[in-house]
Amino acid sequence: MLNQQSQIGPVFQALADPTRRELVERLSSGPASVSELAGPLPMSLSAVVQHLGVLEAGGIVRTKKVGRVRTCQLDPDALDVARSWIAGQQAAWEHRLDRLGAFLTETEPTSPPGGR
Amino acid sequence: MTERSIDHANFELERTYDAPPERVFAAWAEPIAKQRWFVGSGESDYELDFQVGGRETFRGGPPGGPVYLYEAIYADIVPGERIVYSYTMDREATRISVSLATITFQPRGASTALALTEYGVFLDGGDKVEFRREGVKSQMEALAELLDPQAG
Repeated sequence: MLNQQSQIGPVFQALADPTRRELVERLSSGPASVSELAGPLPMSLSAVVQHLGVLEAGGIVRTKKVGRVRTCQLDPDALDVARSWIAGQQAAWEHRLDRLGAFLTETEPTSPPGGR
Repeated sequence: MTERSIDHANFELERTYDAPPERVFAAWAEPIAKQRWFVGSGESDYELDFQVGGRETFRGGPPGGPVYLYEAIYADIVPGERIVYSYTMDREATRISVSLATITFQPRGASTALALTEYGVFLDGGDKVEFRREGVKSQMEALAELLDPQAG
């Protein structure tokens, strides 16, 4: 089965979690400290730090420590609206092509004896 | 004032379907079939006139959110083998992208290898914070839906 996803691979992995998607959405409106990010989330600070680590490894978020405060912001490249748009288009197409596969299966004519 | 910008990008996707090229092609050529997988669920206006020079339009968007208009013109059609079309995307009254897409269907035994390539030009994207936010958000939503189709 051919299924090329190379271009969005690492980003895709990093965002394969609702908490991390929520963190990215929050950061899309501006930088925030780790405690500000953790505040509204029903989980421990260390769990949030772990999620931020995955986002940082995926090149989506950058963090900087000044004194005792660690500030997070989206990587400017991840914020690149053109790239976001294109990745969104690509993801939408992946989804559509899945639906095309499901459609072809649902509408498959009765197979002759002996199969395909 | 709008800051003018142009970004170019392209991507390729490939899938193999367990059906002959004629059947896979037909799912792109017949309006009712295409609407079913191309548009998916939710309210939308969809029309397809599948012939060279014919148009395809799709108007929709998130509830309460901006309305997006997709408009394609078919440039080349070889039944069972190839489709080439160009399309524009508008967000409300603003043109946001212009793209050229090619779809090829190749027999692989009893299956079909489908290859999709898009060359896109993205217009004036970088200057508005709220637009940027929506770009990130739509990417998130597309990914979320992709990862968990039941939730979408």
